[in-house]
Amino acid sequence: MIHKYSLNGYNILLDVYSGAVHVVDDLTYRLVDFTDENMTEQTPAAAYEALGEFSREELDSAYAELYEAFERGQLHAADDYEKFADMMVNASLKSMCLNISHDCNLACEYCFASKGGFGGERCLMSEETARKAIDFLIERSVGRRNLEVDFFGGEPLMNFDVVRKTVEYARSKEAEYGKNFRFTITTNGLLLDDDKIDFINREMHNCVLSIDGRKEVNDRLRLDWGGKGCHDRILPKFKKLVAQRGDKDYYARATYTRYNLDFTNDILYLYEQGFDQLSEEPVVSDPKLDFSIQESDLPRIFEEYETLAKKLIEMKKAGEKINFFHFMIDLDQGPCAIRRLRGCSCGNEYVAVTPQGDIFPCHQFVGHDEWKMGNLNDGSFNVDIKKKFARTTIYNKQKCRDCWARFYCSGGCNAINNEKNGSILEPYSLYCEMEKKRLECAIMMQAALADE
Amino acid sequence: MKKHIKTLNKANLKESAVKGGCGECQACTVANQKCEK
Repeated sequence: MIHKYSLNGYNILLDVYSGAVHVVDDLTYRLVDFTDENMTEQTPAAAYEALGEFSREELDSAYAELYEAFERGQLHAADDYEKFADMMVNASLKSMCLNISHDCNLACEYCFASKGGFGGERCLMSEETARKAIDFLIERSVGRRNLEVDFFGGEPLMNFDVVRKTVEYARSKEAEYGKNFRFTITTNGLLLDDDKIDFINREMHNCVLSIDGRKEVNDRLRLDWGGKGCHDRILPKFKKLVAQRGDKDYYARATYTRYNLDFTNDILYLYEQGFDQLSEEPVVSDPKLDFSIQESDLPRIFEEYETLAKKLIEMKKAGEKINFFHFMIDLDQGPCAIRRLRGCSCGNEYVAVTPQGDIFPCHQFVGHDEWKMGNLNDGSFNVDIKKKFARTTIYNKQKCRDCWARFYCSGGCNAINNEKNGSILEPYSLYCEMEKKRLECAIMMQAALADE
Repeated sequence: MKKHIKTLNKANLKESAVKGGCGECQACTVANQKCEK
């Protein structure tokens, strides 16, 4: 399968099953339509007829290069990955989202976690439950060394003492069990102080700083319980954290809604404020809400992603250091094909744990009791749900079978598929379209940056 | 010197299927991840 598109003056051919990316001239862009997996050394007669404005010599020259790519397995490569689909079915656990707080000091209008409470009782995780979660991860991660634990909520800083003690407890187990814990934390920043910044910068492999960009954008939806925006309170704290973080990973992480489809301006605003690792995500919300993204917004969103990509090319060519999460793509050292069949591996290699000790396939399934996998306190764990997710790959999502992007999106987010379409196996088309556009922009950026 | 096609990568997904699956890479999209092996 080949996906071809033209963007920003570049004709791009993505050979889906080899992962090869070719930038081609106008002639070759048209000529590739006359090739398939049975192509031979001879330029097809139909191409001479249909592309009569080009000389036979030009056509033969371009065709020879296409055939050469075919011969080295980078054009019309075959899809023979389905046989690997069962490879990770019995995989052990690797990462855990620790919902350390089911409470929040903000009440963001668009919060998928019901403003921090996940639709249930507002509470904090006890040290005992957090220890049990670490023990569970160690016990269930047979054969693995690198383990990830993400402190999430709600607002994790509301329970920071337990965060500290959990890190300390996990570190105390590393040598004994041959594990290497990598911690991450997602915070709204309100409770950051010097002490917490020091701890986060020392212990957290990555941290996600929630801020939506321009003050008027952030303060329209990221409100405290008194209805006040938080921009002016969090910005100096985030700046301080990043200034002291050195080379460690972080992301200033924004959410865009229907209210700011000109989100390039928010990315640039955050960059001007000193953040160069940036992420901007579409809101996940009930389509009936005013700020929710609608299908009719897609053309505008596509235009904005193109605007952002062109701006980033310009900045990078000028030597500026800026990284946008969704345009990151490593065409040579990306994940292996095995990983791409499932993506995040939620419910199989990744689970979320609530303050009550309940285990869910991921943070987005929390609060949906039909997906509860077990509980740390009674020792229950439903392996049938684990198997269900383990067998969920791009090969049993029918909509993905003919999609060029499936080795990059891995079948979309299972939780969103379930929420929007009632099945983890049915990708949500609105998100598919946005993901495909981001991929096209990301690949085009690689072409532009290679075109020095 | 190629005149019509510039190939940006030496990607070989097929090779990665045979050599991959070690499970050590950091755990939503995989497009922007790297192999850690």
